[in-house]
Amino acid sequence: MALRGNLRDFTITQLLNLINLAHKTGTLVVDGPSEQAYVSFREGKLAYARVGQEDGSLATVLHKANRLTVNQYRAIVERAGNISDKELGLLLINAGYLTQEDILANLQGYFTEVVRRLFTWVEGFFRFEAEMPPPSDRINVRLDLENIIIEGSRQLREWEQLSDEIPSLDMALKFTDRPLKNVNLSVEEWRVVSYINPRNTMKQIAHTNKMNDLEIRRIVYGLLQAGLVEIVRPEGVVVPQNPKMFPTQVKEEQKSLVNKLIGRIKTL
Amino acid sequence: MQTVKMVVTGPFSAGKTEFIQSVSEIDVVSTERKITSAAERSVKEATTVAMDFGRITVDEDLVLYLFGTPGQKRFDFMWEILSEGMLGFIVMVDSTRPETFREARSILETFRAYAPTPYVVAANKQDMEDAWDMEDMRHALRLDSKVKFLSCVATDKDTVKTVLLELLYSILAEMD
Repeated sequence: MALRGNLRDFTITQLLNLINLAHKTGTLVVDGPSEQAYVSFREGKLAYARVGQEDGSLATVLHKANRLTVNQYRAIVERAGNISDKELGLLLINAGYLTQEDILANLQGYFTEVVRRLFTWVEGFFRFEAEMPPPSDRINVRLDLENIIIEGSRQLREWEQLSDEIPSLDMALKFTDRPLKNVNLSVEEWRVVSYINPRNTMKQIAHTNKMNDLEIRRIVYGLLQAGLVEIVRPEGVVVPQNPKMFPTQVKEEQKSLVNKLIGRIKTL
Repeated sequence: MQTVKMVVTGPFSAGKTEFIQSVSEIDVVSTERKITSAAERSVKEATTVAMDFGRITVDEDLVLYLFGTPGQKRFDFMWEILSEGMLGFIVMVDSTRPETFREARSILETFRAYAPTPYVVAANKQDMEDAWDMEDMRHALRLDSKVKFLSCVATDKDTVKTVLLELLYSILAEMD
């Protein structure tokens, strides 16, 4: 039977565990809340991964890891044409720019990060394509899944806890009356703090700061616990009254109806 | 016949069913099931799996329905359905079970995100010896000083009436 289903019924952790134990080769395709991920395995080991619009190429990975400047990255994308990742890797090694270990470490870090992101996906569909081996035009790695699974399980618990505390990122934040002084914040926290305004939703702050749902929740949770911010409905967003709330849409009749309810409750 | 509704929500065993029972003129239509989980059974024998349903007739043209949500997180898919078109909502919190405060906060935030309707928070079982102090609960629940946080005993009709009235006053204030 095809290995496919819903992430609500079968979590990423369970899927990785199965792939690991069954020594599977193929590609796990996950349709998440807003993007798609491809994670390839060879004999139960992580070989390659990419997510969303990112192509998962060596140039992209090295650029994201700040090992290639924007100009170097552009030059490779524009001029290197059909050069494969393996060829590019050899060129960089032969030029003395990077070592083989550097390249592998960066790829492993990137692929692991993609899989880590998947742990925060609780909604979505997956399918395992046994006919889709790890891409041959990309450099493949061989990473044991055990540590990733353990770390993922830990992250999943954290995710569940943070989702309980901050269920919706469509809400905004505002500072409490406490002054924000003598508080030691990290660079990431400052980035979030600088956008705190009842008009900005947490989703917008995360997007602006290129943070995923887990990262923004982590920071907001800390600020909430410290009593520095509170969650509010976003200002300036006019939410129309649900027409089902009142049997009438005439304001005065609505008021009269609420007064009738008050009168009745008092006499109970 | 015109109908309006309010929602009573809160964690498992917060007293939602009793709250509705105290003021409903009909026997609460409660979809309670025997609890199978040992941990939950140690708290109470039966629980609401879909909803409670109470009624208060105002006059021949107007009826108020009170809907109680199931407390367990696994039934949260029902919450949004029940909140559709509500006038406002009440979050019940068991003052004697601090281990449920975090969940109560989570439920409150979830309902706030559904709709910008007024709400009040009711600290149930305030008559019990081991009930937390209201001010401590306010801090633990991280309730802003502007949020109405009311002492309540779900089996006592008068305190239940007060909670309902305070919610209605908030609804009225919102209309101005």
